Amino acid sequence: MTTATAPTGTTTPTRAARRRRSGLRRGQNATGWMFVAPMLVVLGLFLVVPVLMAAWVSLSDWSGRGSPLSSDVGFVGTENYTDLLVGGGLATKDFGTALRNNAYYVLLVVPLQTALSLFLASLVNRKLLRGRGLFRTAFYFPSVTSTVAITVLWLFLFSASGAVNSVLAWFGVNGPNWFNDPRGVLQLLLGWLGVDAAPSPLSGHGFLGITWWDWLAGPSVAMTAYILMAIFTTSGTFMLLFLAALQAISGDVEEAAIMDGTSPWQRFRYVTLPMLRPTVFTVVTLGLIGAWQVFDQIYTGTQGGPAKTTLTPAYLSYNSAFNNQQWGRGAAIAFLLFAIVIVFALVQRWLLRERAVPRRKRWNVVGAPPASATAAPGAPGALGPSGERSPSREGDTPHGPGTSGPTARGGAR
Amino acid sequence: MTQALPQPVADATAPSPSGPVSARRHPRRPGTVVVYVILTVIAVIYVYPFLIQVATSFKTNAEAATNTLSLVPQTWTTAAYERLFLRSDFPVWFRNSVIVTLVVTVGRVLIDSLAGYALARLRFRGRAIIFAGLVAVMAVPNVVLLIPKFLVIKQLGIYNSFAGLIIPLFADAAGVFIMKNFFESIPVSVEEAARIDGAGPLRVWWSIVLPMATPALVTIVILSFQGSWNELAHFIVASQDPQLVTLTKGVAQLASGQLSQGTEYPIKLAAAAIMTIPVAVLFFVFQRRIMNVSTGAVKE
Repeated sequence: MTTATAPTGTTTPTRAARRRRSGLRRGQNATGWMFVAPMLVVLGLFLVVPVLMAAWVSLSDWSGRGSPLSSDVGFVGTENYTDLLVGGGLATKDFGTALRNNAYYVLLVVPLQTALSLFLASLVNRKLLRGRGLFRTAFYFPSVTSTVAITVLWLFLFSASGAVNSVLAWFGVNGPNWFNDPRGVLQLLLGWLGVDAAPSPLSGHGFLGITWWDWLAGPSVAMTAYILMAIFTTSGTFMLLFLAALQAISGDVEEAAIMDGTSPWQRFRYVTLPMLRPTVFTVVTLGLIGAWQVFDQIYTGTQGGPAKTTLTPAYLSYNSAFNNQQWGRGAAIAFLLFAIVIVFALVQRWLLRERAVPRRKRWNVVGAPPASATAAPGAPGALGPSGERSPSREGDTPHGPGTSGPTARGGAR
Repeated sequence: MTQALPQPVADATAPSPSGPVSARRHPRRPGTVVVYVILTVIAVIYVYPFLIQVATSFKTNAEAATNTLSLVPQTWTTAAYERLFLRSDFPVWFRNSVIVTLVVTVGRVLIDSLAGYALARLRFRGRAIIFAGLVAVMAVPNVVLLIPKFLVIKQLGIYNSFAGLIIPLFADAAGVFIMKNFFESIPVSVEEAARIDGAGPLRVWWSIVLPMATPALVTIVILSFQGSWNELAHFIVASQDPQLVTLTKGVAQLASGQLSQGTEYPIKLAAAAIMTIPVAVLFFVFQRRIMNVSTGAVKE
């Protein structure tokens, strides 16, 4: 995606390098294909073919018996999709509920984890901080553990008489029975304000099989526990991304801002934050993609309950196919989810687009030395989403005398 | 961990580029103390759950349910661990996870470095298309592939086998990307010298390129190990043989009550703690690599 922005101003060294190497080009066709063949086979077999097969299944009435490609499987057109979107039956209702649950999850997790990880990164980025390593380790550790292990821990911490409620009791708060509490958080708040029942315009009409009043319920208390868990486990990873970006900002810039008499907040808001824009973009994109795919924790924990308030599209898709044998519907949900992820990524891209700042201008300030660009792929700040990070950086910094010229050009186009 | 906090006083005199100015404008000490307090509170919140996890795994069932916050069991017991290791399938899950993780990691290192090298260095017809396809498949969310992967695994006849657990996990577009970027960042001259000396491409890759690529390969190893050890969804759809259950799947079923009755927290937390150990060890071994985000400035 981002690689499309690879620098193009390197044509001159390219040609020279090509001429120099043209003698070695013979035979590279066969070798090249031989080298990429294993990757092509596994990616093809387990990414491309599956998507095509599932596309067919989502348009069929396959029941899970025999091969989905056999002749007695019927083509039903878009029936599976219309069932979900406009059918009005239980399928629509479940899908609508799952969408609502996950939408609130995304709405809370993505901004909160982005803000928290940026906050943590700027705290541990202080040059004079003692014990930086310890703090970074503490904040990052939850990110290395598996979702399953964390969910098991979370079920215990958030049980009725668990650690969280014990702590809340210190402050005189009577904690809920988290994972068994289907009440919506927004409706709870409205209840405290005296709004107990749905106003009739909201309860009478709806969208995707559930009423507007139910859409406005907010995440259930159970879902809130998952939201806290997501923030807890991902903030460490994103903290590392922000940390890498913060360290690439040259000290001169900050010094200049200090000389201009800015307050720390002004420096953060008007100097640091604009320079972090590419990283914010990466973190929000990865956050969005991840937050729409809530599956492991639901499978391990509540399996959609209580009262379907932790049902997510990903889990619903799995459940329809593997437990209820409605394979067409399951596949259709998966594709709708795919579409949602893409739409969100695009909208987000548009919202965070560059405005009025010429691209090249940033080069001067970000100005990572070529040496750091060289070490970047090996530096596992690269952990996790590095595949996304490295290319985006590559596009933003002028780098690579010589070596990257020909390859970047040939590769990206 | 947090007791080791040093006194912030010493920092006041430490030299820094922005030190003198900001020190005059904003007296350093109160602000620094606040930062340390905030950091310590957050660090406790991040670490304490894991301490509770380990402590509770040594408690009795009754104590685990009532005494949830304390880190010292009133009566120490290893009952949870004994049950896990002696009277359950847990050792089988562990063995399966080890096998799958090791094979997947080795496989990914080979496949990713071969493909990354070819995409970065070799000029061949169709390379641009392959690269574009690679970027495209990276955008497909994993969860969307659950049903489709199952269909293909069934179709290929590798359902309920180690092959079905392992081979699909070789697919790692992001890893290829990392390797390609790395190879583009190192000079080509050494390989050219070897090629002029008459070494074939496979030989150049094995004895020249791979050793040079160690830093990037370590990244791939960390990512693959962590990724396949923590993988759950794929294992759910790839088999239903009890002998092929991996740790994540087994513990998930244990947690959701499919295998045990009631709320036996010690055994569940013990299982979760043990499955965290290998990734934690990996993390602490490579900690400097993972946390040192500015390797460009300081060479290790």
